[in-house]
Amino acid sequence: MKTIILRTASNYLLPVLLMFSIFILLRGHYLPGGGFVGGLVAAIAFVLHSFANGLKNTKALLKFHPGFLMPAGLALSFFSGLSPMLFAGDPFMTGLWYHGHVPVLGSVGSALFFDIGVYLVVVGVTLTIIFTISEAP
Amino acid sequence: MLLAIFLGFLFALLLVFAGKFFKGKFAVLSSLIPLGLFVYFLQFIPEVMHGDVVKESYNWVPSFGVNLGFTLDGLSLLFCLMITGIGTLVFAYTSAYLHHHKYLDRFYAYLSVFMAAMLGLVLSDNVISLFTFWELTSISSFFLIGFNNTQEASRKSALTALGITGLGGMFLLAGVIVLGNITGTYSIAEMLNMAPELIKGHEYYSIAVILLFGAAFTKSAQFPFHFWLPGAMKAPTPVSTYLHSATMVKAGIYLVMRFTPVLGGEEIWNTTLIIVGGVTMLYSAIHSLFRTDLKGVLAYSTISALGILMFLIGMGTTESFTAAAVFIIVHALYKATLFLTTGIIDHQTGTRDVTVLSGLRKVLMPVGIAAIIAAISSAGIPPTIGFLGKELTYEATMHAPIIATLLIVGIVITKMLLLWAGFVAGIKPFQGSLPDSLKDTKMPGPLMWVPPIILAVLSLVFGVMPFIIEGSLIKPVVSALGGETGEIHLALWHGFNTVFVLSLVTITVGTILYFVIKPSKKLEMMIGKLEVASPKSLMEKFNIGFTQVSSFWTRVFQNGYLRNYVFIIIFFLVGMVGYTMVGSTKFNLDPAILSNISFYELVVSIIMCIAILFTVFTSSRLSAVVAMGVVGLTICLVFVFYSAPDLAMTQFSIDTLTVILFVLVLYRLPRYLKIQDHKMRIRDGILSLLFGGMIAVLALEVLSEPVNTEIGDFYAKNSYIMAHGKNVVNVILVDFRGADTMIEISVLTIAAIGVFGLLKLRLKRTDRVQ
Repeated sequence: MKTIILRTASNYLLPVLLMFSIFILLRGHYLPGGGFVGGLVAAIAFVLHSFANGLKNTKALLKFHPGFLMPAGLALSFFSGLSPMLFAGDPFMTGLWYHGHVPVLGSVGSALFFDIGVYLVVVGVTLTIIFTISEAP
Repeated sequence: MLLAIFLGFLFALLLVFAGKFFKGKFAVLSSLIPLGLFVYFLQFIPEVMHGDVVKESYNWVPSFGVNLGFTLDGLSLLFCLMITGIGTLVFAYTSAYLHHHKYLDRFYAYLSVFMAAMLGLVLSDNVISLFTFWELTSISSFFLIGFNNTQEASRKSALTALGITGLGGMFLLAGVIVLGNITGTYSIAEMLNMAPELIKGHEYYSIAVILLFGAAFTKSAQFPFHFWLPGAMKAPTPVSTYLHSATMVKAGIYLVMRFTPVLGGEEIWNTTLIIVGGVTMLYSAIHSLFRTDLKGVLAYSTISALGILMFLIGMGTTESFTAAAVFIIVHALYKATLFLTTGIIDHQTGTRDVTVLSGLRKVLMPVGIAAIIAAISSAGIPPTIGFLGKELTYEATMHAPIIATLLIVGIVITKMLLLWAGFVAGIKPFQGSLPDSLKDTKMPGPLMWVPPIILAVLSLVFGVMPFIIEGSLIKPVVSALGGETGEIHLALWHGFNTVFVLSLVTITVGTILYFVIKPSKKLEMMIGKLEVASPKSLMEKFNIGFTQVSSFWTRVFQNGYLRNYVFIIIFFLVGMVGYTMVGSTKFNLDPAILSNISFYELVVSIIMCIAILFTVFTSSRLSAVVAMGVVGLTICLVFVFYSAPDLAMTQFSIDTLTVILFVLVLYRLPRYLKIQDHKMRIRDGILSLLFGGMIAVLALEVLSEPVNTEIGDFYAKNSYIMAHGKNVVNVILVDFRGADTMIEISVLTIAAIGVFGLLKLRLKRTDRVQ
């Protein structure tokens, strides 16, 4: 599917879709969206790019194996759950909130970091599976 | 204290990144971790000596009464000092023993995880966290035993050990839950504060005891679960030293000791411990006579020592508790020394066959000195602490509450045989003349021979000056067990009495035995013939049967054909749900409550039907997948109509990715094969129609039931108040049920690793199992 139109389009679509996925991730707490969907959208963006430009180019673009996003995301989620234990002495996964209003994001709390972790894991998992299968001999 | 326990885990985590640093020249630095902990725990001695108990508590799952509570009393302190003290020496020793081993960093990671788990185990006050750490020790020991995972024997014995100790862990979980139900608390300290009659008089008391025994006996290798321990000797020697003599196997002993004040003192508790411990100590002491592998001899004498400890705790008197406390120290010191020297012999000569080894004193003098002191301590010859331990054991057994005469005969015979085992392991390789084959043996570096010397010297020092440990270690342990500490006086010389005579007899007969019975292959063959009836082979037979049944099951139900799985799952679902629905379905659908069908709903349904028909009747896989994708997207539209945008978005993305995945997989499959004949298509068709009809009826049935909105209301009401979020779905995912999500993303990760492993991981030729 290496048509010139798709290739050109995907080069523009990739950043747009990634921005969109982050947008979905961040609005999740107030409007439909969230880490899971956002992660899927980001993964679709990369898959589209790889269809248009070949897997090699997408991998070169990524610089590292998407699998590394999984432990990073898991660790982020875990520590956001752990943070109330460490900082406030509350039980695991109690929501910690910054008392104030951050523009664009709204209330910022441990749940946001948890969601970012989910986002990373989903991107990592999806891309790992799809890349591995499409590379299989 | 929390940091002290978790330091091992943190270090293991650090090794993931800094592994190269710690497997090179700086491996010895790893021993700073246990050393630091050892010093940390030493400073608690004055407090604990005065009878204080150090407590710390952290909330974990307070709603279930499960917390991270830690208690440092005499008993835990003794174990902590052993774990970290011997740990320091083992960590240092390992850096030389596995010098520049390819996976030395992994080894340290497993070892430090194990150490941390062990510390957590002995310090836990909450029985649930105790169980968690207990299982962690089993798992980390599984990795350690199977460290040389290219050898089949190694893998097998690691599995056996995990099977037995893991089974014990399940017993422990069940036991502590029963205990929690009896007492209404999971905290050991609170159990201790309760009136003992309340627990011991409870109808579930004996069940709790039996379950806890199941855990303790499997972990501490008591008969008939003892066989995993000799097998576990496949592990590198530092592991044998650390896990199989000094720490993990004593976890069962620790458990029994810890619960003695709570559950002990009853007939069932004491008698069982005396019998099981007695049988174990005799059985395995006799078995050690028939081994020629040095580690085999040591393994069996370890089991025997563990039996003695159970036996002593079972007697339940202050004297026997004192003897047990002293003997724990005695055994840890001499057995660790012997294992370390054995490791040196193995490392320098390449053999552990005791029939070959002799005269090593000429080349390995310092090692020999350590080994001989340890052997003397194990034989109970003055002036070592082993002598003290033996005297106390005899004294306690003579005053045993039941059949004291029989018990004293048993313990004396055991001690004679243990003397033999200790001499064989500690003296035999060093005496006599050096055979030519061992002439080139060289002294190892000081990192290897200093640790056993330290331990051996401690055996001597504690023997000559028992007052060092009397007040600081022994008395707090005995008081933690519920004994009277006033009457404890450790001294080498007790006066000329019956116990002393028994000691003399033991040493004389044992020494004669040593000169009469030489370990030989012939004896080993003899006992090999009886192997058929041993618990080990019975267990193996059971295993084979189990494997056969499960492979039969797999062949029938999980034959690798996806269509077969789907068929079976749906078949059973239709059967079960259909059976429940027949007769109980009222199905009074009121057309008045249904909403009107709008135009776009009709359009979507028609598209859906066309796509389904296309899926069923197409002869191309690819078009079937695409048609299924269309069905998925129309379902998304339905979600949108009924205002579930979150669901629709997720489903939409998932559907896109599923189609991509399917296409990628199908691309690699052979061309469309006719896998169904006419009959099968009809069969599948009927099943599908039945299933679809059943689900439709079920869905309509649900409509006629009253709706319970309690949960939904709770989330709707509280999501903004408690979690600052307006999107309830997302708030549930990241906050109210965040732990679920956490587990889900872990599962996803595991699935991805599974796919990656299956398709990508090709072992290099050198790494492959031969």
